[in-house]
Amino acid sequence: MIRRGYAPRVLAIPALVAVAFLVLPLAALVGRVQWGTLWADITSPEALSALRLSVITGLLATVICLLIGIPLALLIARSSRRTASLLRAVVTVPLVLPPMVGGLSLLFLFGRSGWLGWTGWQIPFTTVAVVLAQVFVALPFLVLALEGAIRTSGLDYERTAAGLGAGNWTILWRVTLPLAGPGLLSGTVLCFARAAGEFGATALFAGNAPGTTQTMPLAIYTAFNGAGVSQGAAIALSLMLLVTSVSVLLLVRGWRAAPVAGAER
Amino acid sequence: MTAVSAGLDAVIRVDRDEYLLDAVLQASAGETIALMGPSGAGKSTLLGALAGFTALTAGEITLDGRVLQNSSGTDVPPRERGVILLGQQARLFPHLSARDNIAFGPRARRVPKAQARAEADAWMERIGLAGLGGRRPAQLSGGQQQRVALARALATHPRMLLLDEPLASLDPSTADGIRALLRDELSDTTTIMATHDADDATSLADRLIVLEAGRVTAEGTPHEVLREAGTPFIASLVPGWQMRVENISPDADGIRVSDGTSELRLPLGAPVVPGSIVTVRPPS
Repeated sequence: MIRRGYAPRVLAIPALVAVAFLVLPLAALVGRVQWGTLWADITSPEALSALRLSVITGLLATVICLLIGIPLALLIARSSRRTASLLRAVVTVPLVLPPMVGGLSLLFLFGRSGWLGWTGWQIPFTTVAVVLAQVFVALPFLVLALEGAIRTSGLDYERTAAGLGAGNWTILWRVTLPLAGPGLLSGTVLCFARAAGEFGATALFAGNAPGTTQTMPLAIYTAFNGAGVSQGAAIALSLMLLVTSVSVLLLVRGWRAAPVAGAER
Repeated sequence: MTAVSAGLDAVIRVDRDEYLLDAVLQASAGETIALMGPSGAGKSTLLGALAGFTALTAGEITLDGRVLQNSSGTDVPPRERGVILLGQQARLFPHLSARDNIAFGPRARRVPKAQARAEADAWMERIGLAGLGGRRPAQLSGGQQQRVALARALATHPRMLLLDEPLASLDPSTADGIRALLRDELSDTTTIMATHDADDATSLADRLIVLEAGRVTAEGTPHEVLREAGTPFIASLVPGWQMRVENISPDADGIRVSDGTSELRLPLGAPVVPGSIVTVRPPS
């Protein structure tokens, strides 16, 4: 079967330019790695503490996103068309907003002189602030991916399940979410990746204190920029983030492929 | 009409912009009713209303002595009705094996997993698919999927089964297999089956109800309804020659009717008007 389709062949050239544009910078990064000091750079106390903080806050933010994002995705997917497009617009704002603006806004909500200042909560410039900033920027990725998946799978399977006597929770756990599984998975991965890579909102709202708010992206920025001490450390940390992202992608692909292969029992 | 003691007793009115469904429907326990009508007559809406997926504008549905829905606000949700709607598509849950699809209903009613699965395997055998319980729906043919969907429905011991053209998307030989299965399995379950096949109505149903433009236009045993051919639609269901009368002219001792191409002589006083259908049928 001819699978090439009918796109003009000359379009292959800009397509290759696009691929090169995405791949070459990363190759250049790898090319600058100082392999001799790599291990020392990665295992330095600063790097390890930044890594630990990134993983913990990223995971925490992802869990929070799941807890509030799944219900929101369900709400949007099952709303009337007008309500859904309104809610979708609200969810999209943090996605298109410069993260710096998000950080500033969070500061004005949670800061001492902000709207919630009267509560006496000490949130800005703490680890909690890091997580909140990550949730703010990462939540849209989860909600939009999951909502699309739920809406696409439609109501018919849920109706079938209800007819068979299933209650609403059973339908959610055994029908709706499994059917939206691919969307949920890719949404979660995107959500974690965005949370772990968050820089702008964190910098403004949480600051850059090693050990409490200095996540990997901030550590990279500091190492690269801060007095120019060690560009090598910045590159090493970047390499680590790159390797981690690629591994997560490969893991997820393997995990998604598995159920299909294992279906024959 | 006498009220049925058990079974279905329904008055259904659904008012939409385009059309009005206004039907009275009764079925005694265990009866199989065929529902026929032209496309858009409201068959699917009627079944959807019985299953609880379509809101009634007015009316009342009583099943086995229990009010499922009435005008004073009772509206039993679909999952508590014991009414299962099975459509053209099998709608097996794609992420579950055939066995787990059949076990789904019992599991939702808190039957222990092992028992539900054992019952599901027994069902797989009963529908002629023994040994395929581990397959995903995508690994089954369309006919096999419909069999599993039927078993999945029957495994919950429904009070009423609604079939919306379950054979329509199957090839003829596959449909024959399902037909035989339906004949075997539906005798104890109150069933309403929408179909466009008069043979299915006569071979599977105790009674035939014809729905046209949202109203019941004929009701009785399939043979009665088809023989009387009370409306042009019903007449069109039966094989034979038909003429739609356009011109009527008097003749010596009778009348001549024609549709422009054919002409018939009928006795004086034959109840024809323009638009009447004259049908010639092979002896049954």
